[in-house]
Amino acid sequence: MNVADQELIKNVSPLELNKSNAYNIRKNGKSIVRNITDDVSIISKEDGSGIDIYIKENTKNALVFIPVIVTKSGLHDKVYNDFHIGKNAKATIMAGCAIRNNQNLDASHNGIHRFYLDEGAKIKYIEKHYAEGHGRGHKNLDPVTELYLGKNASLEMDTVQISGVDSSTRVTKGTLGDGATLLISEKIMTENKQQATTKFDINLDGKDASCHVVSRSVAKDNSDQLFISKINGNNKCYGHVECDAILQDNGHVQAIPEVDAKNIDARLIHEASIGKIAGEQLIKLMSLGLSATEAENQIINGFLK
Amino acid sequence: MLELIDICFEKDNKKILNNINLKIDDKSFIAITGPNGSGKSTLAKIIMGIEKPNSGKILFNGTDITNLNIDERANLGISFAFQQPVRFKGITIYDILKLASHNKKLTKQEACHVLRKVGICAEEYLNRELNSSLSGGELKRIEIATVLLRQSKLNIFDEPEAGIDLWSFNNLINIFQKMHNDNQASLIITHQERILNIADKIILIKNGKIDYFGSKKAIIENICANCPNEGGCDYECC
Repeated sequence: MNVADQELIKNVSPLELNKSNAYNIRKNGKSIVRNITDDVSIISKEDGSGIDIYIKENTKNALVFIPVIVTKSGLHDKVYNDFHIGKNAKATIMAGCAIRNNQNLDASHNGIHRFYLDEGAKIKYIEKHYAEGHGRGHKNLDPVTELYLGKNASLEMDTVQISGVDSSTRVTKGTLGDGATLLISEKIMTENKQQATTKFDINLDGKDASCHVVSRSVAKDNSDQLFISKINGNNKCYGHVECDAILQDNGHVQAIPEVDAKNIDARLIHEASIGKIAGEQLIKLMSLGLSATEAENQIINGFLK
Repeated sequence: MLELIDICFEKDNKKILNNINLKIDDKSFIAITGPNGSGKSTLAKIIMGIEKPNSGKILFNGTDITNLNIDERANLGISFAFQQPVRFKGITIYDILKLASHNKKLTKQEACHVLRKVGICAEEYLNRELNSSLSGGELKRIEIATVLLRQSKLNIFDEPEAGIDLWSFNNLINIFQKMHNDNQASLIITHQERILNIADKIILIKNGKIDYFGSKKAIIENICANCPNEGGCDYECC
């Protein structure tokens, strides 16, 4: 990795990767640096399509970093990363992709991440997406996340896409067993003519499974966002989806909820709220001495924090 | 300190404020009272710049602020506590207190100190979002804390007592008295006799006009002389 790569990767991963943590850095379609630990092993798939990450059962608080950088204009990178989490293991996994495209051909990354959590496993999954570059080539990201949660397993997923991505289609699918818990927090900001689509499709199959999805987004300029969520309550379960969007300029946001309860004890809730910044919020912050622009920035930054 | 000259304000072809003339001295503690819909809150909003008058002039310490924005008036030394505090998604109580103090380095200890003054047991609250998970009373107390932190020359409170429990109300009275002792001027819209009791002067507004501006005794006598409640009201003369 050269200095420019290190600067780029900082946007999606910690600056210094420590040997006590497991990591795999992928650049322009190839793994370039890898480290494994006693508890976490990373193995390349035989067909070269990606990696398998294994976290041993009863592992305590492992840290795993799987960043990707794309710096080659015209490259369309696709990778399958499968995470196998052992019984009662606890870990934080940080993945993400940073694209720098300074030329005129489109560049894209399509990461398919599949998580298999055994009984009682507990995962915090942080996913960051970032793109930059002054070429005419588009920077596109299309992440797919599949989550399979065993009995009493829990997964907390934070996903952030704040800047520079021209087009993204994010698909998250989940299947939850008995007592499993899924928390998803999504933050998206689009500007110029950017387009972002988010699709959630969660199956609450197990008794007392629960999921809570919070999506906060800001659509500026002429950007366009589509939020689709489907929660299937197939047992006694609880599902809650909250979609909040702030519109600025000519931004467009469409939210399409679908809740499907197939069990009398399923409780499914969808809330969606789309609109410009509330006038009274601006007034309050201006009454504290902030200019209208400062107040607006403060509200947006807080909303996407 | 503050002078309103011939202020008129109309909304939907209805006169809300009709030729308001008012002079408020430095360091004074003024309570504004009057029936619902009489124009009290509109008057407060006109002073803060939230509403702009159709005609008239507002002077603050000799400067014409009639055409200044809300933030410009705030930076000249006017603060405002809203009757209905605003909720924010993503902005924490600690964030709003830091913004109010103009001091990004406001320590958690300092933030807790001001929250305790308004009757909130502090530490556990600081990282909570200023959203609908907080009760009306909690939001109201945080609103008052933001004004306290600003240390302004003129503090405007729009019905600060609404939603405040009795214990916190006693604290509130102490806060107003402390502001008075610290030589800050306060303009408080209220229906509470205990606040009227500690005011230097009281303004009674009726139908968009100042009906009386003077000592508490004269106002209360006037209210009681025209008391519409056969069974009496909360004022001591009834």
